[in-house]
Amino acid sequence: MAEDRRARINRLKWHCRRALLELDLVFDRFWERYEDTLDAQGEKVLESLLELEDHDLWALVSGRDATDDPQLAAMIERLREVSPMANFE
Amino acid sequence: MQYSVRKFDAVIVGAGGAGLRAAIQLSEAGFKTAVLTKVFPTRSHTVAAQGGVAASLGNSEEDHWHWHMYDTVKGSDWLGDQDAIEFMCRKANEVVVELEHYGMPFDRLDNGKIYQRPFGGHMSNFGEKPVRRSCAAADRTGHAMLHAMYQRNIKVNTQFFVEWQALDLVRDAEGDVMGVTAMDMETGEIVVFHAKATIFATGGAGRIYYSSTNAFINTGDGVGMAARAGIPLEDMEFWQFHPTGVAGAGVLITEGVRGEGGILRNSDGERFMERYAPNAKDLASRDVVSRAMTTEINEGRGCGPNKDFVLLDITHLPPETIMKRLPGIHEIGIQFAGVDCLKEPLPVVPTCHYQMGGIPTNYLGQVVVPKGGNQSEPVHGFYAAGECACASVHGANRLGTNSLLDLLVFGKSAGETAVNDLRANVKSHKPLAQEAIDRTLARVVRLNNQKDGADVHETRLAMQRTMQKHAGVFRFKDMLAEGVARIDEIAGQVAQTQIKDKSMVFNTARIEALELDNLIEVAKATIVSANARTESRGAHVRDDAVDCPETPDGRDDKNWLKHTLWYREGNRLDYKPVQMKPMSVDTIELKKRAY
Repeated sequence: MAEDRRARINRLKWHCRRALLELDLVFDRFWERYEDTLDAQGEKVLESLLELEDHDLWALVSGRDATDDPQLAAMIERLREVSPMANFE
Repeated sequence: MQYSVRKFDAVIVGAGGAGLRAAIQLSEAGFKTAVLTKVFPTRSHTVAAQGGVAASLGNSEEDHWHWHMYDTVKGSDWLGDQDAIEFMCRKANEVVVELEHYGMPFDRLDNGKIYQRPFGGHMSNFGEKPVRRSCAAADRTGHAMLHAMYQRNIKVNTQFFVEWQALDLVRDAEGDVMGVTAMDMETGEIVVFHAKATIFATGGAGRIYYSSTNAFINTGDGVGMAARAGIPLEDMEFWQFHPTGVAGAGVLITEGVRGEGGILRNSDGERFMERYAPNAKDLASRDVVSRAMTTEINEGRGCGPNKDFVLLDITHLPPETIMKRLPGIHEIGIQFAGVDCLKEPLPVVPTCHYQMGGIPTNYLGQVVVPKGGNQSEPVHGFYAAGECACASVHGANRLGTNSLLDLLVFGKSAGETAVNDLRANVKSHKPLAQEAIDRTLARVVRLNNQKDGADVHETRLAMQRTMQKHAGVFRFKDMLAEGVARIDEIAGQVAQTQIKDKSMVFNTARIEALELDNLIEVAKATIVSANARTESRGAHVRDDAVDCPETPDGRDDKNWLKHTLWYREGNRLDYKPVQMKPMSVDTIELKKRAY
């Protein structure tokens, strides 16, 4: 099953390649933190979030918009977590 | 290594604005058309274009394509080809109206016509005063455009291959093109797309720079593939930069921040723009501000541990002004700089935004190369459009809203020319060139088997930092020469990249290594071309280009009014003349570019 998870995560990671740089950067940071620990439920929520259009997704991540769905909202919160000084190398 | 072959009339690589527009033309004409794309079409980088598309519709005030042409030639600092520029400006109304018919939700005036707004550099009556020429759909013009064109393609049965990475052009010994090799990311399978017409619409390669506004997908795949297949790259020294991207991230801080009173400061806290532009100060034009920032950093007055950025300070502005007039800036500061801009200044650097050069084409969208005394001989079966191509309409500097116009006009033109060629000249598939396919397979096998090789992430970062430092927005003779040697070294490492993950399904490590193969070709072309061009023109600004009456602002028309052509083989340069003769009107004569 480890092989399956690797494939699923890789697919999700590719779906995080977006049209907007802002989102690429946010997802880059997300994977750095959660690649090893994201559970099946998290994968599912992330997948549904990735179905959104880029501008709508960025509106949620940047806090200009909000969602009523508690699971999506929790995932958005994880995407919004920031370190004191972001480092994108 | 195994591969299979699939046959189409036409294969298009890239499903952003240019690729989708070209595909409509071919599919509507009944040709079996495949579009390969790394990401879902409506997630192409065209989405990021907000400003609008230029067209002299004259809906709000008098306008004319000839005025638009004048602005574009002047904006290009006279390096743009005047036949292609006339063609683009004359075609603008047609492609905008077509787009409207595809369902594009343009903003409207009360009388129902398309609303138009002013944009930098677009003027009426040959540079007299600003004109409203940009057609937009709120701040989502690019996105709306992709949706409208994608739907149209579905209607006319274009076949999409989503999440496929194109690998190489298939070109035979005679120089004819007969398709591409590509990898299905889902399975790792390699397929040869055998076609009578091949169109590249792969976008720009802004990721060659450390600080770039471009999304991660912009890795110049088509440009790299063309270079490997022996096609020269045109005018690659010309890259548009924006003065204020967040340092280390690239996310744009709008010019509006300085408009509202934002101040640039160096490590001494000094408002340094007072020295460079005593009147306009922080509101001086983009190139002046970018140059001043680079000078401060180069002279050791940059900020941070590496002294490699300056600060944009808005802490003196009332918080309510920032939150009301500059929505989003506060969040961008927190997300990408770890800075609360109400309390601390933002770290910024000049940031790469747009690639003016690319695969050389004419206004018909045909890829052209020097051959047998002809400077612009079409390559049979090969077309290109959009940011990956160089028509050349942007010359040394692009005007805002001309990029969306470029991809509509030349996407359509490339598609239309391919249709005409398929109908008139190309009745059957030319046999595949086995050697070209073997070269692709060897490249993939090399990557899979490489031991003790270079790390992809580290190598890409070294390339990006070198390009930023040695061939950034303001260029210095010695730095460029050093940069050429350094990029050459890095290219050696790119040829030996290694991946640890050898899996087949969505192996992102493999894809990133293949993308780096493309990026490095663009980086080489850029720095070698920039090193050779000893003048300043448009976006290419050199410290050693002398400002005197013969060469005002360092522009040397006597020696450098010509297009660069960089060849991968031998890392060598050639040049070709700029087309100064338009299609129907008089030449727009050379003069100093001043606003």
